Amino acid sequence: MAKLLKNREILLVLAIIALVFAIALRFPGFVAPANLARVYNDTSILIILALGQMAVILTRCIDLSMAANLALCGMVAAMINAAFPGVPIPLVILAVVALGAALGSINGLLVWKLDIPPIVVTLGTLTIFRGMIFLLTNGAWINAHQMSDAFKALPRAPLIGFPVLSWLSIVAIAAVYILMTRTPVGRAFFAVGGNPHAAVYTGIDVGRTRFLAYCLSGGLAGLAGYLWVSRYAVAYVDIAAGFELDIIAACVIGGISIAGGIGSVGGAVLGSLFLGVIKNALPVINISPFAQLAISGTVIIIAVAVNARTEKRKGRVILKKAEAV
Amino acid sequence: MAELNLSPRVIPDRLQSRGSRALKSWESLLLVVAVLIFAINSFASPYFLDPWNLSDATFNFTEKAMIAFAMALVIIAGEIDLSVASIIALSSTAMGLAVTMGADTPMLVVVGLGTGLLCGAVNGLLITGLGLPSIVVTIGTMSLFRGLSFIILGDQAYTGYPASFAYFGQGYVWWVFSFEFALFAVFAVIYSVLLHKTNFGRAVYAIGNNQTAALFSGVRVGRVKFILFLLTGLMAGIASICLTSRLGSTRPSIALGVELEVVTMVVLGGVSILGGSGTIPGVVLAAFIMGMVTFGFGLLNVPGIVMSIFIGVLLISVIALPILWARARRRVAH
Repeated sequence: MAKLLKNREILLVLAIIALVFAIALRFPGFVAPANLARVYNDTSILIILALGQMAVILTRCIDLSMAANLALCGMVAAMINAAFPGVPIPLVILAVVALGAALGSINGLLVWKLDIPPIVVTLGTLTIFRGMIFLLTNGAWINAHQMSDAFKALPRAPLIGFPVLSWLSIVAIAAVYILMTRTPVGRAFFAVGGNPHAAVYTGIDVGRTRFLAYCLSGGLAGLAGYLWVSRYAVAYVDIAAGFELDIIAACVIGGISIAGGIGSVGGAVLGSLFLGVIKNALPVINISPFAQLAISGTVIIIAVAVNARTEKRKGRVILKKAEAV
Repeated sequence: MAELNLSPRVIPDRLQSRGSRALKSWESLLLVVAVLIFAINSFASPYFLDPWNLSDATFNFTEKAMIAFAMALVIIAGEIDLSVASIIALSSTAMGLAVTMGADTPMLVVVGLGTGLLCGAVNGLLITGLGLPSIVVTIGTMSLFRGLSFIILGDQAYTGYPASFAYFGQGYVWWVFSFEFALFAVFAVIYSVLLHKTNFGRAVYAIGNNQTAALFSGVRVGRVKFILFLLTGLMAGIASICLTSRLGSTRPSIALGVELEVVTMVVLGGVSILGGSGTIPGVVLAAFIMGMVTFGFGLLNVPGIVMSIFIGVLLISVIALPILWARARRRVAH
């Protein structure tokens, strides 16, 4: 039982249940299955993005450019659809996933081949990607009436009880779970983050592994770009501005260590759901949506403080005084 | 930010003379670039060389550069503070709130500085007190501080600052030299002395190069870092007073994305993002370069978002170029 309570995922599940229960005490409608499914659906995009960010953070890197990548891919998807409404939607999705992965690979190459610190690279590409949207469109919006019906309908289309959007996130979770736990690449993500020197000696190319993590996060950002634009039926320069913080917050809450090497798919999903429940509960319990930014900030700080406490016990203390800083 | 360094370290047989080292330094390269940009700008636009225009150009960088001085120290010590733009927003909001309660100009300055210091103290306590990584903490406080502004202001704005408050952002000390520029010059001197001539500055370098060794040499690592985050908060508070006074209004989205420009300025100034090296004169030159480039673009009617692309490219390339250069030289040497 004590071991069970130390498990981060179970603690998070309990925290989410407690949160939902507290809201349900005053607003029983919130726990109706249909509403919970809506909350999950609303969180789907965040989950997809958090999965990519998790892979990057596991390798001791960070991707601040995900939201900008999403916006650029979403805009390109909308532009393709507006210019050639006949192009089948799966092809559009494939194109933007490839574009997202290509943009992510730019981050990856700069980190791999030039050894530039990841935070600097992605801070730079964050502004470059957003600026590129402006260059593409001259600041113009693409509105609902310029998009084809099929483009807008796909995420909403019901499939065995749930919208396609929810199903896509479930597929992404399953795919990343298999990648993380059943493939050499997934093990390499953990190895590189846990101890890069040891990873080199076991024959893992640290730079290449990081590159692959950035390609993954980029590809998922591309997918999320299409989903975002088709769901909200509008594309402009500033969509998802600042969303990179929510993605990192979801990962940190989910127990993914910013120092690399520690984390799980379950953690990323639960961290996203925790934020998703809060976001959907705010209007219900009558708190201004303006409070959301401050709440995410507070939750990030609390989560990182909790993470630091649980991680401290790891490893053997050789020099007691040096460790007691 | 533990980075992997597997390349062998080369120790030269003979150290270079002081003169040739100064000539080959990053700062002298920056000086050449600054002069070049100045020359190009004066050819590209006939309006550039007007003293009043040049004076206007300084407003592009003075506020950011004041924060960049403190940020340089933080980065040299191996940490980072991404919350500075949000501190500007919160401190500006606090001043706006004080105005609605009838505060006069001296009181507003106290409120602005106090909020900045308080935010810096929050960062410092979380980072040194709890031993958390500064990058995540300041990403968190970045949303927290700006989030508080949004809670207080929502979609409203504060205006109606007293007339005497306008001096900080709009006043001139002498001829074309604005109050902001004078403040920038004073802080450039103060931070140069602090970093290059005091024990505190040595401690900052020591922490950035090897924190454990610094600790064993008797440097109070936690206290030095706490002071650094206090300083960054204070400088953000000062920048907030200048910016609010210059704009004459406060919105919660004020100074959005400024942290990126400040970090770019520091890195362009030759401060290593991994900590341990860098100088204040370098940051001063970088401030001039960025200010003149954005002003030159402005004269040529380039939209703001295109300038931000330029800053992003600049940030990546100033770090990439020395790495590529060193690699090319090593290849030639072999």
